[in-house]
Amino acid sequence: MTHIVVKGGTVVDGRIKAEADVVIDSETRRIVEVGPDLSGDQIIDAVGCYVCPGFVDLHSHLRQPGGEAAETIETGARSAALGGYTAVVAMPNTNPCMDSAAVINEVYALGKDAACEVIPSGAITVGRGGEELAPVGELYDLGVRVFTDDGTGVQDPALMRTALEYAKGISDAGDQDIVFAQHCEVSALSAGGVMNESEVSSKLGLAGQPSEAEELMVARDIALSRLTQMPVHMQHVSTKRSVELIREAKEAGINVTAEATPHHFTLTDEKCESFDPVFKVHPPLRGSADVAAVKVGLADGTIDCIATDHAPHTADSKAMPFDQAPPGMIGLETAFALANTELDLDIEQIVQLMSVRPAEIAGITDRHGCSIEVDSVANLSVVDPKVEWTVDAAASASKSSNSPFHGMKLRGKVKHTICNGEVVVKDCEAQR
Amino acid sequence: MKHYLSIDDLTREDLLELLSLTDTFAQVLKRDVPIVSALRGKRIVMGFFENSTRTKLSFDLAAKSLSAGTMPFQASSSSTQKGESLKDTIESIDAMGVDMFVVRHASAGVPKLITNWTEASVISAGDGAHQHPTQALLDCYTITIRLGSLQGKRIAVCGDLDQRVTRSNLAAFTKLGAEVVVCGPNSMIPPYIESSGIKVVPSIDEILGDVDVIYMVRIQKERKGKVLLPSLREYRHRYGLTIERSKLLKDDCLIMHPGPINRGVELDQEVTDDPRSVVLDQITAGVPARMAVMFKLLGSESQIESIKQNNGEKS
Repeated sequence: MTHIVVKGGTVVDGRIKAEADVVIDSETRRIVEVGPDLSGDQIIDAVGCYVCPGFVDLHSHLRQPGGEAAETIETGARSAALGGYTAVVAMPNTNPCMDSAAVINEVYALGKDAACEVIPSGAITVGRGGEELAPVGELYDLGVRVFTDDGTGVQDPALMRTALEYAKGISDAGDQDIVFAQHCEVSALSAGGVMNESEVSSKLGLAGQPSEAEELMVARDIALSRLTQMPVHMQHVSTKRSVELIREAKEAGINVTAEATPHHFTLTDEKCESFDPVFKVHPPLRGSADVAAVKVGLADGTIDCIATDHAPHTADSKAMPFDQAPPGMIGLETAFALANTELDLDIEQIVQLMSVRPAEIAGITDRHGCSIEVDSVANLSVVDPKVEWTVDAAASASKSSNSPFHGMKLRGKVKHTICNGEVVVKDCEAQR
Repeated sequence: MKHYLSIDDLTREDLLELLSLTDTFAQVLKRDVPIVSALRGKRIVMGFFENSTRTKLSFDLAAKSLSAGTMPFQASSSSTQKGESLKDTIESIDAMGVDMFVVRHASAGVPKLITNWTEASVISAGDGAHQHPTQALLDCYTITIRLGSLQGKRIAVCGDLDQRVTRSNLAAFTKLGAEVVVCGPNSMIPPYIESSGIKVVPSIDEILGDVDVIYMVRIQKERKGKVLLPSLREYRHRYGLTIERSKLLKDDCLIMHPGPINRGVELDQEVTDDPRSVVLDQITAGVPARMAVMFKLLGSESQIESIKQNNGEKS
């Protein structure tokens, strides 16, 4: 029996913020003691650090099966662990798509030895094609709780309504343990657009996607959530009006939640002036008023969580003209540092945004986003909030290096990650 | 100046210097043997990823008139179709040892991206809807020859304003002191235009009588699959330079068009033959304008004096 002691840090979870050591039993994988001056067989130095419940990412593209040139579950999970994540929800736009029991089981199997827990999401429609409902019930029975066609939104409102109503009937807990996550984009309005539609796009001669393409579907899904009394989670919210719509919906008691990405609270569409496709992403980088609104939304709880939309792409596929390159950027290893640097929030709020709330939305609160107390499953992230470092995209554990933050100086870094009772990152180095 | 990618990168002084160089090379082209050795030994890749006839020939002739070696290169705009990334393509050519890439591409920003992958100079010969900066230079030169300068001149630009020719020309005209008004279907007027201080007028008829230059831009009913106006017939009705409208232009107003012209749409057939039309002068100006840019990027300034002397110009 080995006891790991996380020593000298300040424990921050959903309830408390206090200096304490944490002892973990590596066999039962649970926390066995929390308090001052504890000892154990292996010491994890947390002096000057916060000890938080492990981070949960609701939105990662791990690319496997099918996109192994850009990422695998192994490399993506390692990157996640280095970013302090103990669980990531894998998006279904793999090849084949995660719309069948076979592919879901493959992802579970590949994730078994990964450096963090890999939670597959299921597609809402067959092949994410937006026409036929995927076998939501069969996937639910395999443990899938998050459904999304991410990469595209479900365009047909009647089909989306059916999906929500159908799912309500298969959930063991009524509307409590299943969530539909929507990529909000009315494709007919955004079609052809490769960046935010703005003065910048019109100067560059790049076709734009208007903010309204996102906002229309946010508004529609708020209406569908009200109609069906089912929760809808708005993915990667990027515009000022989207934030306002969600705030109004929550005030009206409608069961919607939302996420925002680090790139949408950090970068603006002026980055596209370089024509470098590393800045191409959907939804696109927006204007400064949108960035400010997303920050306010994160601060006041309108936006429930930070999600990375980690989207690896090979160097080759990003070495193309801006309008031809695929959208997406990596972000697992920079998310905490960006939240710590860019947002004017205290650590308790960051823990809510990166661990507690996403764990609740994903329905995994039995083991993630938990209070740091005796008997909790040992999923912990130990972060140094003061250390300064410079992002080196090539140094990422991801197979891809398409980080838009390369060269940025950030404050705060994940020092250790403990996943299911095992030290998977120690002193910023992956252990597996 | 290392690259020539966008008029936005240039100052008024840069433009005036390039216009002066254009004039010098225009004199060279009037010699019995219209060639100078200014770029002898330089190797220029003609990277036309998008089809072009006149621009490509114009650049080729410009390079040859400077004694540079040219390497033709024609490829599909879609690197993916070839299975090779754009970066690989450029790096392979770069490895052969070249001094300059002239790049025409259907995607905005490609010339700028290419500067990341080579030490050679890069000229944009038109990229997507972004810029066509040598077209702007040759147009400014054409106006300068006819009207002395652009300073204080009233120039109307009409048609599809969301394309590369308009982006670079509006920037160049404005930098050189012209007063620019634009007119066209509202669905083809990008938002940056008004915020950059350029006046938008709803009707072409308002401005015909008091402009020094009317610059008609090529129109297409669809752009990238999006329908932006009801029909070309309606376009002619609202915005075309018809015979009737041409009669309202001043006697010395210049009629310009970057080509190729949709006869009977932007310009009526008869208007293209109007003595005020300088469409062919524009094409003629293309060669010395491109020589000027190539020389500015690759030549040595000391050579310009002897070129002027051999032209019989006073330095």
